[in-house]
Amino acid sequence: MNDGGAVGIGVARLDAADKVTGGARYVDDLKRAGMLHAAVATSPLAHARIRGYRIDAARAVSGVKAVLIGPDLPQNRVGNFIKDETTLAHGKVRYVGEPVAAVAATSLQAARLAAQLIELDYEELPSALSIESALAEEAPLIHEELASYVAVKPGKSRGNIVWDVLMAEGDVDSAWSKCDVIVEGEFRTQAQHHAYLEPNGVLADIDANGRLTIWSSCQSVFHVQQRVAEELGIPMSRVRALVPRVGGGFGGKHATNLQTIAAALALKTHRPVKLVLSRSQDFEMQRSRHPARLRMRTGAMRDGTIVARDTEVVLDGGAYADESPAVVSFAALMSRGPYLIPNVRCRGIAVYTNKLRAGAYRGFGNPQVTFAGESQIDELAGRLGMDPVELRLKNMMRAGDRWFGGQSVTRCRAAECLKAVAEAARAAPALPVRTGRKRAFGYAAATHICGMMGVGASVQLKADGTVALATGVVDIGQGSDTVLTQICAEALQLPIESVSFGSPDTDISPYNWKTAGSRITYMAGRAVAGAAGQVRDKILEHAAEMLECAPADLELRPGGRVGIVGVSGKEITFQMVAGRSLYRVGGPIIGTHSLVYDGERFDPKRATVEFSAFDNPGVYTFGALAVEVEVDTITGKVEVRRAWSAHDVGRAINPLSVEGQIQGAVVQGLGYALSEEMIWDDDGRLANPTLAEYALPGLADVPEEIVPIIVEDPEPTGPFGARGVGEIPLVGVAAAVANAVAAATAARIRQLPLTPERVLEAMAD
Amino acid sequence: MNDRSDLVDVGLTVNGEVVDLRIPCDETLLTVLRERLDLTGPKRGCNQGVCGACSVLLDGASVRSCLALAANCDGCSVVTVEGLTLPGVLSRVQRAMIEAGAVQCGFCTSGFVVALSALLQGNPHPGDAEIREALAGNICRCTGYMKILEAARRAAREPAHE
Repeated sequence: MNDGGAVGIGVARLDAADKVTGGARYVDDLKRAGMLHAAVATSPLAHARIRGYRIDAARAVSGVKAVLIGPDLPQNRVGNFIKDETTLAHGKVRYVGEPVAAVAATSLQAARLAAQLIELDYEELPSALSIESALAEEAPLIHEELASYVAVKPGKSRGNIVWDVLMAEGDVDSAWSKCDVIVEGEFRTQAQHHAYLEPNGVLADIDANGRLTIWSSCQSVFHVQQRVAEELGIPMSRVRALVPRVGGGFGGKHATNLQTIAAALALKTHRPVKLVLSRSQDFEMQRSRHPARLRMRTGAMRDGTIVARDTEVVLDGGAYADESPAVVSFAALMSRGPYLIPNVRCRGIAVYTNKLRAGAYRGFGNPQVTFAGESQIDELAGRLGMDPVELRLKNMMRAGDRWFGGQSVTRCRAAECLKAVAEAARAAPALPVRTGRKRAFGYAAATHICGMMGVGASVQLKADGTVALATGVVDIGQGSDTVLTQICAEALQLPIESVSFGSPDTDISPYNWKTAGSRITYMAGRAVAGAAGQVRDKILEHAAEMLECAPADLELRPGGRVGIVGVSGKEITFQMVAGRSLYRVGGPIIGTHSLVYDGERFDPKRATVEFSAFDNPGVYTFGALAVEVEVDTITGKVEVRRAWSAHDVGRAINPLSVEGQIQGAVVQGLGYALSEEMIWDDDGRLANPTLAEYALPGLADVPEEIVPIIVEDPEPTGPFGARGVGEIPLVGVAAAVANAVAAATAARIRQLPLTPERVLEAMAD
Repeated sequence: MNDRSDLVDVGLTVNGEVVDLRIPCDETLLTVLRERLDLTGPKRGCNQGVCGACSVLLDGASVRSCLALAANCDGCSVVTVEGLTLPGVLSRVQRAMIEAGAVQCGFCTSGFVVALSALLQGNPHPGDAEIREALAGNICRCTGYMKILEAARRAAREPAHE
């Protein structure tokens, strides 16, 4: 272990020893004295009016302490963009699996039995289960009172349309005449489930003053606090939110109303209440990636110059708006890809349907548009007789170019990433030939952002010269506790063992919006570096007084020491400074730093942007992927043998973690490309709500090799040059696989997942 | 857990300690471990034997404790992830998982550690194919498996007795 500084080193996760020994605690591992167990009763119908409740049988179950139904709760509709959702259904149910009632009992068995005995009288309504049926003229209205809901921003919501965004640059309609080749097609993508290994859960406790303490599996304790307070109509000061270890999120724990169910039961019973979803209820009640219908047209000149792209993306948002406005806006923003196309347009619509709400999921609308966009680049290459990598490189944006919408991109190594994966794939030793298999490489470029919203951090110097770092950042498994600790240690030239990381607590932690948007390393990292920098400055001021010199003459030395530049010896330790500050001069040394993402906004002179849910999402990031795919010509099964994934992360704070993010995202993307699909039957019931039926990739399904390639072009605004990498390695996977399948078989498949049936069918056409 | 007439007596050795229980005959080993014995290392990821997060050693073999009825384990020795080593000591498998970066959210980790420990007990230096087969029943959603395989290879290279 080095004495000071930790950035750029693949240090082991701070929480890893606890996790390999079984000591790490997740919400279902927590117990409180007198704790009750909760269960949720859900809607069996996709769309119905609630006429009445019969709860006597549930109340009569031995051990039941409380039964809660929708009308027992304040009817506070909540939502990040459109406030359309209540904690428990009220008046109507809008999807199968929607919570309608909840029970708290002395045992989980009693709670689940009682929940099954709750009966509602329903008047069934016609339902809309697809984009087409929701947009049909005679479609049943899913939210009759949509116009009366509070909308945080305007989004042209109407009928079953949640949001309607338009982005345009140049003149698409007249650009087609300049094109020698035009490709056009309709693409379909499916609902993917996050399938974090830990189902959602919450434990809510209450004190005699009615103040709630809530531990939950979440991506933001501050969001939990705000949401519970809003749903229950109580001040945020009466809700304290905490978090134990979280067993994965991927966007699926970005927002949830389970916390309020447990909180309301705790308020009703004056006892701690734990609610942990079964895997099936988690599937049916939480979130998915948005299913999409994309219609896209891309045109180029004979020399390969891409002239125009026009996209219509329609997202199936399910029964409640949740993150749909932002997801569809982001899809529009990403629809051009990393190419300098002068004439671009994207219309994005999110619709309500009578299915599970879709929400944030790693990639956030980007994997859908990238599947279409990167497929069409390969289609164009085929029509032009060009190499698909060369066509991409010819049109790729460079540093100094602008994004769709007009924001300037100061750093861009998109071309280098693509060249890196192409060279690595071509240089890899050839695999032995297998009979009955067709094999090819496929490529995709990928882009994303990191940034968004506000965050703060504090660093406090302890009496012995070590420091306490506090942020409100929830580590959902990606490793942010470790990375933020490394940033703090580096800024103060301390060994990481000298930095403690405070678990998020809404009572004392500085605010953080969410663990989302690939933003923690970049945004929280900036806050941590700033707070640690303040501590460094205060330490130097003390040391200057102690050494009777100017602070500018001083430097930090590894291991918590301060010395005079150019003079060896005569050092002041952090411990000496801490003692002086705590007992004699100045008071405790505490550094704080707060920021909100402050990048460039859309440029109205360059682009038309109507009703986007945001206007400055973050710093743009770039990467690329190559996959080597084998298609079994008899069964249609697609096997990805090897993958190379390159990303410009600015600076890898922890290279081991960056590799883990890349490899994990590639496999999650392979699940999206090949096997994962939530399937609803004609009655709107999820047909595969178990891990036995929903096909997650296992070890038998993954490539022999997934080679992560880390490119580092430091981000001037990032902490030690870092950018985020959490989402981008998933973005291009489905497109790269589809491109490889097309290269191997000549079958262009525009619908995910690429199941053996679809592949065989496409090969037969 | 209450008002039940179908209780049975079950004797287990759990992490080396003898445990006598009077439990419903349909209670799973996972519930016994987690709810009665406060051994929360084994996780409930799917409760149907698919994800492997609940894996424990039953008489030395890796089994899914969510599928095993505790009553059927009468007289057996159970080792959970907590009992693989003495407190404060890490096994070669655990060390390799940490060093290779094979741990992300950690919810699947105890299952992988148990499954890999079971493999190495019977076969101290397995090859890649044997590792892949032994871990095929464990799902990880975070890592993409590459660093778990790397950890398994590292552990397999180390001396069996440390």
